[in-house]
Amino acid sequence: MNIVVCIKQVPDTKEVRIDPVKGTLIRQGVPSIMNPDDKSALEAALRLKDQKGARVIALSMGPLQADTVLREALAMGVDEAYLISDGAFGGADTWATSSTLAAAISKLDYDLVLTGRQAIDGDTAQVGPEIAEHLGIPHISYAEEIRIEGDTVVVKRQFEDRYQILSAKMPVLITALSELNQPRYMTPGGIFSAFREKEVARWTRADIPIDDANIGLKGSPTRVIATYPKQMKEPGTKIETGVDESVQYLLEKLKEKYIL
Amino acid sequence: MDMTLSKEHQMVRQLFHEFAVKELEPWAEETDEKHRFPWENVRKMQSNGFMGIPFPRELGGQGCDTLAYILAVEEFAKVCATTSVILSAHTSLAADAIYIHGNDEQKEKFLRPLADGTKLGSFALTEPEAGTDAAGQQTKAVRDGEEWVINGSKIFITNGEVADIYIVFAMTDKSAGTRGISAFIIEKGTPGFSFGPPEKKMGIRGSSTCELVFEDCRIPIGNLLGREGKGFGIAMSILDGGRIGIAAQALGIAEGAFENTVNYVKERKQFNNPIAKFQNTQFMLAQMKTDIESARYLVYNAALMKDSGKPYSVEAAMAKLKSSQVAAEVTRECVQLHGGYGYIQSFQVERMMRDAKITEIYEGTSEVMKMVISGSVLR
Repeated sequence: MNIVVCIKQVPDTKEVRIDPVKGTLIRQGVPSIMNPDDKSALEAALRLKDQKGARVIALSMGPLQADTVLREALAMGVDEAYLISDGAFGGADTWATSSTLAAAISKLDYDLVLTGRQAIDGDTAQVGPEIAEHLGIPHISYAEEIRIEGDTVVVKRQFEDRYQILSAKMPVLITALSELNQPRYMTPGGIFSAFREKEVARWTRADIPIDDANIGLKGSPTRVIATYPKQMKEPGTKIETGVDESVQYLLEKLKEKYIL
Repeated sequence: MDMTLSKEHQMVRQLFHEFAVKELEPWAEETDEKHRFPWENVRKMQSNGFMGIPFPRELGGQGCDTLAYILAVEEFAKVCATTSVILSAHTSLAADAIYIHGNDEQKEKFLRPLADGTKLGSFALTEPEAGTDAAGQQTKAVRDGEEWVINGSKIFITNGEVADIYIVFAMTDKSAGTRGISAFIIEKGTPGFSFGPPEKKMGIRGSSTCELVFEDCRIPIGNLLGREGKGFGIAMSILDGGRIGIAAQALGIAEGAFENTVNYVKERKQFNNPIAKFQNTQFMLAQMKTDIESARYLVYNAALMKDSGKPYSVEAAMAKLKSSQVAAEVTRECVQLHGGYGYIQSFQVERMMRDAKITEIYEGTSEVMKMVISGSVLR
């Protein structure tokens, strides 16, 4: 079985601040990490490898620095790593990103594609399902449990108040929640081997079989008109009178604001 | 000389840092307060490959190097000095002794389980009458057919009782002085091998320190480590490596106290200002930071020297001397900057100040380090 895992290098949003004037992220000095949902997808793939035996391939699109998250993936135990990096892919929205990743995956032999639910720097949750659409394979999102039964994948799909058990014949794409598992630590020896013995293969524009219309900024239909930090809500009012008086107060306030 | 860490060393440091903050720090206070050996920490280090960092993969290790191992000791010591000394005694003293001086059979039988995390190691040289004067060994080993019979006792042994495999030194020929000392590998559970009660210590309270007692303890002749009569040289060479581990521990303790204190002085207000605004605080921090960085260079340099195969005995002594002095001084200053709170147990610097002291004593006191260093200067 071959499992492809898509991982993204993201700024650690715990450390990120927003430029109050421009409304953009201040990335300077912010450490980059492997996107947490992607790390859980990777751990899920490695557990399937441990249980059933599988070849796990990590894929990332990004600038050359994204090499680091692929080395981390190698240190955790993946077998192969590919970095899709080229100026031509820069500025991609979810459409262009998913088109590029799908074209890259189509070059590989795969039974299962795993992605994180969403990246903490964009929070769109679109790229995973879009890759499945481009590849013409089914997808199951929000996986909290993944099981392989023969040529079928059985997934517990989590919602806020309920879950579904879904199954699909491979090949299939699954998006993982960080609740799926507790990712393993890298091993010290895995890290040394990731830098000294293994390679992160680089794919540039020429390596990806895709039309120019679907890549990079030009291939991105999304247009960002403005970005702004979310305004903090004003603090509420706490009324500590008796029940009848409080209800009366509330009704008056609701009428005052034309809600009633 | 370029002391920038390579990418792989930067990443192992990041790994050890994450592990320390997530797995070790939450238990550090309780480990100290209850004098409790942190088995959970040891099991986690074992299952994540941290017990055999510098040893080859063919022998169950991780195939990294001394510098990578030193970074683990340093990062762990920042949050829990107890855990860092367990790792240091296991790796530098026990496992490395077998790696350097063991034969193939001993490496397979004893080093592999130490390096792959199945077993824990310990090193026993000190006796009631043989501390700094390690040559005054009273423990005896007498050959009897296919066995050695060991009688005597060892004190202040780190990882005593909790370890599975012990490197033990004993006199095989009293008349030959230091050339009559030999090294042995003794397994826990061997008849005639027992333990005294755990010592109650000022610091590193979670680590197990106790007496080892040998009463007609019989071990196979195959457990002689190195050649008969070569034990003193083995002990000295292994302690050279161990000192880099303790130097890294001291460095980590100093850094841990310093980081805590930097956060504290930004928060703590007196005279309507955070105390970080006062020049006395700023100058103390500046001095501490400079001392910490100077210790770091000595420690990393000693590790790099060991990895390059060059003699490193003097470098290790300088690293330990400086680093342990810095740890003692920095933790004392950190307590001072915390004021009354620094004297209270729930503030970490109180524990760190107690933990720092031992680094000036064990695996060779500061005075022994000075003997080693001055000896090389006056040669």
